[in-house]
Amino acid sequence: MTLTHLQRLEAEAIHILREAAAEAERPVMLYSAGKDSSVLLHLAVKAFAPARPPFPLLHVDTTWKFPEMYALRDRAAAAAGMKLIVHRNPEAEAQGINPIDHGSALHTQMWKTDGLKQALEQGRFDVAIGGARRDEERVRAKERIFSFRAAGQRWDPKRQRPELWRLYNARRAKGESFRVFPLSNWTEADVWSYVEAEGIEVSSLYFAAPRRTIVRDGTILALADERLVPRPGEEVRERMVRFRTLGCYPLSGAVESRAATVGDILAEMAASRLSERQGRLIDRDGAASMERKKREGYF
Amino acid sequence: MDPGLRWGDGGILMATGSEKTLLRLVTCGSVDDGKSSLLGRLLYETGSAFEDELAQCDGDLSRLVDGLEAEREQGITIDVAYRYFATDKRKFIVADTPGHEQYTRNLVTGASTADAAILLVDARKGVLTQTRRHAYLCGLLGVTNIILAINKMDLVGYDEAVFERIFRDFIPVVEALADLRERAGQIIPVPVSALTGDNFTHRSPNTPWFSGPTLLELLETIEPEEARWAGEPFRLPVQWVSRPDQDFRGFAGMAAAGRVGVGDTVRVMPAATVARVERILVGSEDVQEVAAGQSVTLTFDREVDCSRGDMIAAEPLPEVADQFEATIVWMAEEELVAGRQYALKLGTQSALATIQPPKYEIDVDSFEHAAVRTLGLNGIGVADLWTDRPLVFAPYAENRDLGGFILIDRVTSDTVGAGLIRYALRRSQNIHAQILEVTREARAAIKGQRPRLLWFTGLSGAGKSTIANLVDARLHELGRHTFLLDGDNVRLGLNRDLGFSEADRAENIRRVGETAKLMLDAGLIVLAAFISPFRAERRMVREMLGEGEFVEIYVDVPLEEAERRDPKGLYAKARDGLIPNFTGIGSPYEPPERAEIRIDTTRLTAQEAAEEIIAHLLEDRR
Ligand SMILES: Nc1nc2c(ncn2[C@@H]2O[C@H](COP(=O)(O)OP(=O)(O)O)[C@@H](O)[C@H]2O)c(=O)[nH]1
Repeated sequence: MTLTHLQRLEAEAIHILREAAAEAERPVMLYSAGKDSSVLLHLAVKAFAPARPPFPLLHVDTTWKFPEMYALRDRAAAAAGMKLIVHRNPEAEAQGINPIDHGSALHTQMWKTDGLKQALEQGRFDVAIGGARRDEERVRAKERIFSFRAAGQRWDPKRQRPELWRLYNARRAKGESFRVFPLSNWTEADVWSYVEAEGIEVSSLYFAAPRRTIVRDGTILALADERLVPRPGEEVRERMVRFRTLGCYPLSGAVESRAATVGDILAEMAASRLSERQGRLIDRDGAASMERKKREGYF
Repeated sequence: MDPGLRWGDGGILMATGSEKTLLRLVTCGSVDDGKSSLLGRLLYETGSAFEDELAQCDGDLSRLVDGLEAEREQGITIDVAYRYFATDKRKFIVADTPGHEQYTRNLVTGASTADAAILLVDARKGVLTQTRRHAYLCGLLGVTNIILAINKMDLVGYDEAVFERIFRDFIPVVEALADLRERAGQIIPVPVSALTGDNFTHRSPNTPWFSGPTLLELLETIEPEEARWAGEPFRLPVQWVSRPDQDFRGFAGMAAAGRVGVGDTVRVMPAATVARVERILVGSEDVQEVAAGQSVTLTFDREVDCSRGDMIAAEPLPEVADQFEATIVWMAEEELVAGRQYALKLGTQSALATIQPPKYEIDVDSFEHAAVRTLGLNGIGVADLWTDRPLVFAPYAENRDLGGFILIDRVTSDTVGAGLIRYALRRSQNIHAQILEVTREARAAIKGQRPRLLWFTGLSGAGKSTIANLVDARLHELGRHTFLLDGDNVRLGLNRDLGFSEADRAENIRRVGETAKLMLDAGLIVLAAFISPFRAERRMVREMLGEGEFVEIYVDVPLEEAERRDPKGLYAKARDGLIPNFTGIGSPYEPPERAEIRIDTTRLTAQEAAEEIIAHLLEDRR
């Protein structure tokens, strides 16, 4: 029997998850309620069944996610029987940092990058498992599956270790840690095919529905709650839209679409061939910015 | 959505006709041969490039993948980059390895997981040193399918003669590689132009003389490595033990070879404990069978000791050993330190390994062997290594996952080397204990002695037999159970069929070695007195035995002195040309480099020499 590509990707991801758990002292899985998180959680459950995955989920919250995402997060964690840690950067909270007044760069830095560092340090986690993929961004193409972080969560390109065969070197000194990416070799199409094949629940935001929207700086934004206030001249319109990637709602551009099922989404991808991140406002400052964010510890 | 995807037994996605399989590739070739252009072209032709990315490329497809410029300027290490594309039949994962100074380390990393390689040649430049290197490294890592993409055919007028000549030039490389490799591979040439897309998806009208498959046809039909795993005996390195409650104890891992079904008998290695497979779980669904490449959890019908690092295996059982000969690829700036302990990872097993000084380094350009003391960054050599605990393994040539390991610096925690096990130097003692009721140690213990082979080597007339006889007598007096092997008692019986050609001499020594080994197993101290002029043969015998068991005694005499003594008149005959290949006259004697004992016969009498050897043996007893 020849295994299909999805079977092999699944087997590889499960292998990586088990290696991470076996090599870690205090592992944690990052969960953001996006489709990659949903797939990762599903794989974690499969990897350790009938036991529960031997790590908690960590959501680094920004308070600006879509309401649907919070609901899905709580439901998914409960279904998996896993402990859910929600971290919000207290400084960002105190200063009321938000994407509308402070811009995407500062908002992301404080809530996500700093927030993640705080959460990992507070939990003394030495291995953080995440759902990032190499095909998301060109500079990610060289990212390791076990990505080494020096003390202070610093990503140092010179200290990354060669990865041969299925062997991951997770040795580390005190204070050093790893980010582990079981979905490294998956593409967006693989993720959707797997979601379909395994019947995984993903956020309804990925599917087209009539949503109240405005257009700002050429991007369609959904009015997910009252905090995003249309500016004079911005017309609120109901559009048939969906999201390709999910983040903070004022930073997640929607696309007009009629795709209501996973099959529709895959068909749409085949036809349009626009890269996934073009809807993400935080990546607009060019490819090099991603590299910088990575060094600073952004996931 | 892949229309052919369907649910199979227990939640596994099953292949139907229209489904994709997976093929992992590595691309290599000299800088500017067109690697980036070829990859960009593959992404483009298969519709795997995004429109916004294409727009940024200004028509230069190499820019789809060439994201490394900025980093090169910043002096960041250039690494392997992974790219993805898919056709209706297959998904491809490409390890894109830059052809710069770091090529060995990068290419070895990229090739370690590859089912096939695309090796680029610029049609105008032909086969270059780099081409040979890359072909060699792919072969070393077990990538046996090599697509020789002869690129830039547009720049040579699509000339068949150029294509033919390059392929012909490559044949000696293939032959040299075939000599070095244990597995036969295939080299498939295809004439292409990454610029224009000739022979990527359709056979190009520009090369009417070419009737072979196009590049994509090749990629879609090459057999993945996993096809080889299926026929092998079952192997599953245990990653994780799952025990959610009192009743369930599961052993999780990815099957590295073969298949196993519910009810089959397996053993847990290295202890070789027997158990029967009770359940096989993929996720929380029961399945009847597991095939190589799947991640599963097994349960047994009885309580057995089994933890991470053990291997669940079916008959024939895998080898277990703690001494190996391996090919080592060094990947760190700081050179290999022979004798230092490194952490070793092989599958899910961890151990401490001591590497012996390399036997030789392999020149990746000429494929020749050079004597070295150590290995530097990107050096590839062959060395023995010992581990502090027995490892369950297969030679790398049989299975990459069971024979490939990494070496880790215990201070910096960096991965400093990769290793490919060639074979075990001896089986682990522990396993003997499990399998044989009466061990060799037990046999030796009865006699209160440590089995040894005292190997006397030196020119004819040096005094080997005389000294050996004296040592034998003295050991006997001391109550040791000994036996002396020399030309007289071996040549007349066991080796009666052998002459004095080089091959026969080698065979003579091999048989003596094997005989001595059996006697050591029986607990004896064996003395062997043979000229044994070649280092390779003496080393062969050394490696048949355990650590410390082979005691090389160099009975040193200058040739003139031996010739002057000439007790049997042999030197005179040799000088007269009556004895061809006589050691010292017509054939060389290679003195030992690291003999345990050296006897200078111009200084010591035979009696004194014997005393010195006895003293050494007693001292060495510890
Ligand atoms: N005419 C022609 N030029 C090519 C072809 N393939 C690559 N090139 C050119 O050769 C140069 C080096 O190509 P590139 O893909 O960057 O090489 P790499 O260093 O191996 O990645 C570039 O100027 C390409 O445009 C080809 O098939 N025909």
